[in-house]
Amino acid sequence: MPSPEAPQTLFEKLWRAHEVRAEEGDVPAILYIDLHLVHEVTSPQGFDVLRARGIPVRQPSRTLATLDHSTPTSPPDASGRLHYVTEQAQLQVEMLERNCEAFGIELQGWGSRHRGIVHVMGPEIGATQPGMTVVCGDSHTSTHGAFGALAFGIGTTEVGYVLATQCLLQRKPRTMRIHFDGALGPGVSAKDMALHTISTIGVDGGTGHVIEYAGEAVRSLDMEGRMTLCNMTIEAGARAGMIAADEVTVEYLRGRERSPDGPAFEAAAERWLTFRSDPGAVFDREISIDATRIQPTITWGTDPGMSSTLNGVLPAADTAGIERALQYMGLEAGHPLSGHPIDVVFIGSCTNGRIADLRAAAAIMAGRKVAPTVRALVVPGSVAVKNQAESEGLHRVFIEAGAEWREPGCSMCLAMNGDTVPPGKTAVSTSNRNFEGRQGTGARTMLASPSTAAACAIAGKLVDPRHIGDSAGGA
Amino acid sequence: MEAFTRLTGAILALPEENIDTDQIIPARFLTATRFEGLGEHVFADWRLDGNGAPRQDCPMNEPRAENSSILVAGRNFGCGSSREHAPYALMDFGFRVVISSEIADIFRNNALNIGLLSIVVPQSLHARLLELDGQEISVDLEACTLSVPGAGGDETFSFPMDGFARHCLLRGMDRLDFLLSNETAIKQHEERL
Ligand code: SF4
Repeated sequence: MPSPEAPQTLFEKLWRAHEVRAEEGDVPAILYIDLHLVHEVTSPQGFDVLRARGIPVRQPSRTLATLDHSTPTSPPDASGRLHYVTEQAQLQVEMLERNCEAFGIELQGWGSRHRGIVHVMGPEIGATQPGMTVVCGDSHTSTHGAFGALAFGIGTTEVGYVLATQCLLQRKPRTMRIHFDGALGPGVSAKDMALHTISTIGVDGGTGHVIEYAGEAVRSLDMEGRMTLCNMTIEAGARAGMIAADEVTVEYLRGRERSPDGPAFEAAAERWLTFRSDPGAVFDREISIDATRIQPTITWGTDPGMSSTLNGVLPAADTAGIERALQYMGLEAGHPLSGHPIDVVFIGSCTNGRIADLRAAAAIMAGRKVAPTVRALVVPGSVAVKNQAESEGLHRVFIEAGAEWREPGCSMCLAMNGDTVPPGKTAVSTSNRNFEGRQGTGARTMLASPSTAAACAIAGKLVDPRHIGDSAGGA
Repeated sequence: MEAFTRLTGAILALPEENIDTDQIIPARFLTATRFEGLGEHVFADWRLDGNGAPRQDCPMNEPRAENSSILVAGRNFGCGSSREHAPYALMDFGFRVVISSEIADIFRNNALNIGLLSIVVPQSLHARLLELDGQEISVDLEACTLSVPGAGGDETFSFPMDGFARHCLLRGMDRLDFLLSNETAIKQHEERL
C-alpha cells in the first residue's frame, strides 16, 4: 500500500475518493457512484428489486435515464405513431417511462432534445464530469472515462444495488497505461487507434485492468475522438478506459446544461485538472504504441481484435478461430481486403455517432453517390447531434448521396429495434462489435471509422478512405 | 439467490474461444422485462439454422445437454455486452457452474451475483476438462475443489475463488443486504460531497 504522498495514478485518485469502505480481507470495497445512467433494456429487473423491498431510489438526482436500444429509428407516421419492432419492445420502453415517473428519475425520453444513446447523451448535457464515478447497465460505459472519470458497465442486479444504495461492491482492478508515441497521420482517426490497440493487446488483453490512455496522439484528439477510444476499451476486455482531463475537456464542458456556471465553472475546472496521474506513478502494466504507424484499420473477423489495415491481406487460416471467422465472413485466407464487395454501411452508435463523426463521414460523401449496390444508414447518436448536423446541412449531404438519414438510437449496432443487416450480407459499420449475428442473424460485420465507412459506401467495396478520390464510384 | 455448496454433474464442453454474450443470448431476446424463461433462447443462433431447425452439429442440441449442469467453455468466455440475460439464460437452461481458463470480468461478476458459479482454472486443467465432455465431475465450493476422473481414480484440484463471492454463494446471500447494512458509512460519504 503506497503512502499518501507516493505518486498516484489517475485511477487510484478516483478510487480512493469514492471509497465508502476500503477493501478489507475478504470483503470488497464499497464504492460510491456519482452518476448512474439508465436505459430500457437492462433496468426493468433492477427496479423490480426496489418494488419487492419497498425502497425508493436513493439518489434520483444522480440517476439519469434515456431511451435508445429498443426504439425505432424511423420517424413517427402521419398520425404520430411510432412503429416498434415488436409489442414487447414498446412495452419495455413504456416500462422505463413508468419507472422514471414512479421513482422520480429524469428521463430524456420522447420529445426531449437530448434523447439518444446513453453514452452520447450523458457527456452531451455535461452530466459526465472529470473525477466522477459513472456506471450504467451497459458495457460501453467505458466511454465516459474520456473525461477523466472512472466509468464502467455493470449487470442488472448491480443496477438494482445502485438504485437502492448509490453504491457497488468492487474489487480493485489492476492498472495499465497505454502510451501513444508520436502523432497520427492524416486520415487516421481515434477508431483506427482503438482497433489497432485491440489487435495489439488482444480481446482479453485488458481483463482485470483499468486502462489509462496517454501520449501526444491522445492529447491531440478532440473529446469525440477520446470517447471513441475509451468506448472500445471494453473490446480489449478491460474494466474501464480513461484519459486525464485537460483544457480540451474543460472547453468541451463549458456551457453544457449540467456544467456549473460562471465562477463555479472556473473553480470546478481547476479541480478537474487535478485528476491526472502524478509523474512517477506506477502502473501494473505499461504498453507503448507508435501512433505514427497506425493506418486506417478494419476488422475482417468475428471479434474486434481480428483486424487489418485496409491495404492489408487476410491471414492464413492457421487456427480454428481464424478459419471459423473467415468462413462466417465469406472471406478467403491470403486475399487482399481492398476491393471486397459490401452491401450495407452503418454510420452511428455510441462509438461513432457524434457530430465530429458525422462531419468526417459527410466530408467523404459530399458531392458523391453511394454505390447502387449499397444500403447506407446514417443514425445520429442523439436528438442534439441530429439537430446540430441538420443545422450544418450534413443531412442534405447524406440524403443527396443516397444514404438514409434516421432518427437517433442504437439502431443497427445491436439490431434489436428492427434495423438489421440481412443474413450473409456484409456491412461496414462504425459501431464496436463484429460478433457473429451482432447486426442480425448471419450478418457479416466489418468495423471501421466513419471516414472508412463513408468511403466504402461510395466505392461499394472496401477501400482506404485516403484513396477515395481515385476509386471507382468516386467523384 | 439460491445457495451453492457442492454439485456432481456432467460436463458440456464448448471449446470455442471468446464466446461473447451476443452468442449466449442474441440481442433480439433482450426486450424481455423478466429474466425467467430465457433458457429457451440460449445460444439460439448456434442451435437453430436460418429456418429455425435444430443444427445437428451443435452440442447444445444433444439430449444430454439438458442434463449437463457444468459448462466448460473456451478461453475468455462471456466477453462483450454486460447483459445479465446471458448468465440467467445459462442458469435457466440448467447450468449451475461455468468453467474456463479465463472469464470476462463483467460476465463473471454478473454470474456470481445471481448464483451461477464461475470458476477460472489453469490452462492444463482447462484442456483436460474440455476433453471430459459428457463425463461427471464434482465441484465443492466449501473446499474450493474440483474432483476430476483420472486414470487412477478421481483427482482433486483446488481453484481460486473470491472470498466474498464464496461466502455469499454458500449462504445464498444477497449482496444488497450487505450494502444496505452500511447505511451509516454511505451517509457519511454523502455528507462529504
Ligand atoms: S450504440 Fe451499440 S454499443 Fe452503444 S449503447 Fe447502443 S447498443 Fe450498446
